[in-house]
Amino acid sequence: MKPYELTLRESRDFAAAEGFDALRSSLLERIETLNPKLNALVRFKREDWTGSPRLASPAGGELAGVPIAIKDNICVKGLETACASKILKGHVPPYDAAVIEKLKGAGAVVFGQCNMDEFAFGSSCETSAFGPVRNPWDLERVPGGSSGGSAAAVAAGLVPAALGSDTGGSIRQPAAFCGVVGLKPTYGRVSRYGLIAFGSSFDQIGPITKNVEDAALLMKFLAGHDARDSTSAPEEVPDYTKSLRRDVKGLRIGLPEEYFGAGLDPEVEKSVREAADVYRRLGAEIKTIKLPHTPYAVAVYYIVAVAEASSNLGRFDGVRFGSRIAADSLKEMYEKTREEGFGAEAKRRILLGTFVLSAGYYDAYYRQGQKVRTLIRQDFQKAWESVDVLLSPTAPTPAFKIGEKLSDPLAMYLSDIMTIPANLAGVPALSLPCGFTRSGLPLGLQLMGRPFDEETLIRAAYTLEQEIGITGRKPPL
Amino acid sequence: MSFEIEKVAELARIRLTPDEKNKLQSDLGAILGYVEKLKSVDTSQVSETSHVMDLTNVFREDKVLPSDVSAAVLRAAPDRDGKFFRVPKTVER
Repeated sequence: MKPYELTLRESRDFAAAEGFDALRSSLLERIETLNPKLNALVRFKREDWTGSPRLASPAGGELAGVPIAIKDNICVKGLETACASKILKGHVPPYDAAVIEKLKGAGAVVFGQCNMDEFAFGSSCETSAFGPVRNPWDLERVPGGSSGGSAAAVAAGLVPAALGSDTGGSIRQPAAFCGVVGLKPTYGRVSRYGLIAFGSSFDQIGPITKNVEDAALLMKFLAGHDARDSTSAPEEVPDYTKSLRRDVKGLRIGLPEEYFGAGLDPEVEKSVREAADVYRRLGAEIKTIKLPHTPYAVAVYYIVAVAEASSNLGRFDGVRFGSRIAADSLKEMYEKTREEGFGAEAKRRILLGTFVLSAGYYDAYYRQGQKVRTLIRQDFQKAWESVDVLLSPTAPTPAFKIGEKLSDPLAMYLSDIMTIPANLAGVPALSLPCGFTRSGLPLGLQLMGRPFDEETLIRAAYTLEQEIGITGRKPPL
Repeated sequence: MSFEIEKVAELARIRLTPDEKNKLQSDLGAILGYVEKLKSVDTSQVSETSHVMDLTNVFREDKVLPSDVSAAVLRAAPDRDGKFFRVPKTVER
């Protein structure tokens, strides 16, 4: 087995035994061969990683010598961080995001930055100013989005693990499309200090890894209260690695019937139902339940999240950071800078958000959206009375073709139909590989849990992963 | 659903080309058509969710702490003058 094939935990052990250099050269070789095809990592230059102080010798700590790639919307001190957008080109943050401080503090090495949809607006990584990312399992297909660069990099063995961010499914859907594990923690579990904001009442940072063990290992470091993020939760952080147990006896697992309706690809449905059968065989109790307001989730999201986005992206005006187009008046400078700097999808969402917040439309759209969001949260609260975990597909289809949905924004938005509700309700959710299509594309299932109960998700995911054991399969690169 | 794309673009401070206007007018029309379904939900007895956590008014102690980031922050600005961000003239004489 080559070093680039190792998981995060194995990489750590390998670096401890063999030294970091052997791991680094294996990854560099892999990246040089494959990244030009995949476009998963951005601004990657070999010389940055050879003999530079960045990599001189990793500090000690529980993640010593573990290379981790970071989505391009998480600030890394001294490294250009641009949300894959022209408007932030050249922007070098003067500080580390909270998660970067924590990873560095544990000895991990920031090893590359991941391509993404511009400002995380997208489900396919086609809206990036760096050009599209390709799916390692089929280069003609998208890796999902918006953390598609993170998922493709991990799936292809360019890095053992990566960070993504998830506002409506941006960790989980690409994890499913690329055959890796992606965990969106509970809203408030991980500090967003240093995450460039999209939808502030939804955004969470989380790990994208080769297996469940690595996700648990990273969560141990990512989670926790941070006074610099006022939405950060004070709840205790458990040792998530203690949840890596094969044990689902008596676990009540709900299948929400709204997630198994029209539009669901038959191969996706089959693999998720087979997973439910495995759980049943292992002693879990499988129930069909209802989340009746699910059909409204996408509509709520595309009002409330774009409203928040239009407000958050107001700061990109050519004054404090990024690029500016010079003009004679201030207003013209704003307008030209934003015209030039934002891509098509960013403009679409900013305009939609501006509209739903504008005088005369606020009540009909934004306020009504927030009220229906309450009903969706209540669906989940009711579900937790009878089940411990919800099991569904992560996405209604396997990875789609590049270009297939780009000209039809609504079709693209609907590909997030199964991931958006967890963000609306703020609950944790994990995508786990659960099989392959006949044509060899990976499939993922989603487990959703009670707020701050990532432990049960990790235990349930670990149990299934160990039972069906498919994480060893590699993309044909 | 009709809306004035030019007015919204002006509120958002984004200039659009004529092609962009047409495309966005139709895209946003389709999206707003889709979200119309929310109007059929009875929410007369429902309060709004602006936030999913039980936290309210998270305050920190009002204490002066050292901060030396201004030079680094200003370095990132497209145009500056000493310790100020510089922008085009905003007030006409």
